[in-house]
Amino acid sequence: MERVARAWNSDFMWSFRHSPVAVVSLALVLLLVFAAVFAPLVAPYNPFDPASLNLMNGFSPPMEPNAFTGDVFWLGTDDQGRDVFSTILYGMRISLFVGFTAVLFALVLGVSLGLIAGYVGGWTETAIMRVADVQLTFPAILVAMLIFGIAKGITPVDMRDEMAIWVLIIAIGLSDWVQFARVVRGATLVEKNKEYVQAARLIGRRPGAIMLRHILPNVLSPVLVIATISLALAIIAEATLSFLGVGAPPTQPSLGTLIRIGQGYLFSGEWWIILFPAITLLALALSVNLLGDWLRDALNPKLR
Amino acid sequence: MLAYSIRRVFQSIVVLLVVGLVAFSMFRFVGDPIDNMLGQERTDADIERLRGELGLDRPFLVQYGRFLTNAATGNIGISYRQGRPVADILVERAPATLELAAVSGLFAMIMGVGLGVFTAIRRNGIMANVIMTVSLLGVSLPTFLIGILLIYLFAVELGWLPSFGRGDTVKIGSWSTGFLTASGLKALILPSITLGLYQMTLIMRLVRSEMLEVLRAEYIRFARARGLRERAINFHHALKNTLVPVITVTGLQLGAIIAFAIITETVFQWPGVGLLFINAIQFVDIPVMAAYLMLISVMFVGINLVVDLLYFSIDPRLRIDRTVSEG
Repeated sequence: MERVARAWNSDFMWSFRHSPVAVVSLALVLLLVFAAVFAPLVAPYNPFDPASLNLMNGFSPPMEPNAFTGDVFWLGTDDQGRDVFSTILYGMRISLFVGFTAVLFALVLGVSLGLIAGYVGGWTETAIMRVADVQLTFPAILVAMLIFGIAKGITPVDMRDEMAIWVLIIAIGLSDWVQFARVVRGATLVEKNKEYVQAARLIGRRPGAIMLRHILPNVLSPVLVIATISLALAIIAEATLSFLGVGAPPTQPSLGTLIRIGQGYLFSGEWWIILFPAITLLALALSVNLLGDWLRDALNPKLR
Repeated sequence: MLAYSIRRVFQSIVVLLVVGLVAFSMFRFVGDPIDNMLGQERTDADIERLRGELGLDRPFLVQYGRFLTNAATGNIGISYRQGRPVADILVERAPATLELAAVSGLFAMIMGVGLGVFTAIRRNGIMANVIMTVSLLGVSLPTFLIGILLIYLFAVELGWLPSFGRGDTVKIGSWSTGFLTASGLKALILPSITLGLYQMTLIMRLVRSEMLEVLRAEYIRFARARGLRERAINFHHALKNTLVPVITVTGLQLGAIIAFAIITETVFQWPGVGLLFINAIQFVDIPVMAAYLMLISVMFVGINLVVDLLYFSIDPRLRIDRTVSEG
């Protein structure tokens, strides 16, 4: 109980409680993540269960009873009579899953390489950081596209749809590790000359243990900030790739895929098929972004 | 200066060689080129013959060297999907992308500098604040959503502008241009805004913050004291001094414009190199992908090299920092 009270009164929580933007965006992120994770329970229909679909319900406008069946759908239906609200929930699941996993992958890869580069030094450092520099020359989305294309070429044709999500995760993750590596290397260079690291070295701890147990905890706070901002970028990158048709397969539509599908109905006047997934994507990316901004200020008062 | 330039050029060449290696590996190891080029009814003799013709029985380094010399002379292979030399397809598609990139770059530059100066001078005005807020929103909107929004407004609702394609083009030699017809120019408007919007906000914010800094400087106050007109001060004294960083940033963004053209071209079905690349990924057309990779790398590495060298020669502080940190 006392620990909870102490945590509640810490600088970090104080800054959180006094930032309405942070509170609102965290609430929105949590709401969206909750809705996505529990999509099967929250969604009124399962859009991928052919038995629950009725083609007669197709193109139902939002909040209006369907002309044939009289069913009412909150956000309308698409061409096949799928409830747009439900497809958004299931699509958000894919978007969030790809986003989180890709950032986790980038984080683990970038932090490890950054720690090694900073701690070991020498030609290992030169090699890692040169690769990072070169990759930084190219926009991340281009790198992700290329990796996606190459990976698609390597996977056997009949497995492409199945593997697409994982290929997407690897492509986005690999396009995003550089930020983590650069920051962690910089912080490690500072930390490794401090006395606690020298002490650990003196008592004979191995380099791996020093990096993971001693240095890592002290370089984590900037990593947290980058991870949050990366999550917003990864969600947008995933949506962009899926929108371009080089991302999530039609069998597992993400928000980007839904927008891609909806674009086809823009001219015929079925605006709701594209509008609601687009708004969801924006709300998701924007709230994660704002949360990241706040986190950066809260963890690093010097920057303010 | 010379030593730095040489080292920098050398680095760029190494980067390009590595990119070439990646492109070559894509050719060689992603799928079997023999499989891709010969049909179902092939004999072992055919396979051996083609393997010899393509030089696939040679050592790896020899093959790589041959690939590079071929690529340098514009022989990048044959598209799996279209069955035509990739170089021909690229030459055919390049004008569309280059015209789009040029117009969006120009749009970003002019609007960015204009709005940047405006928001800096009228720092506390309502319009300036509205522009700044909208720009913040614009940065967080993904490019493809901006494109769709513009299509919806100006093509679907208002019906003023076309929503896809280049309109009518005129052929001048092998260059097809959309600049000379009314429909070609109209077709350029929406894609250029979509592509240039992000760079525009970037330039606008940069110009604004640089202007705010400069406007506080002594020599501006002195110019005011001399009784010069506001206009002359803002444009002659202040703006001129903000342009060096603006030009470097714009230069570096040129590569980004070409890369992000992929997204814009897909939204507007603009028949350029970016759309070609996306289609190549969808259909695993390796030669086109590899060629695009090499083309864009040459551009990126070239732009970076030029900007670095320019910066180095413009800003003497860089030279001192370097000798200190390395000496």
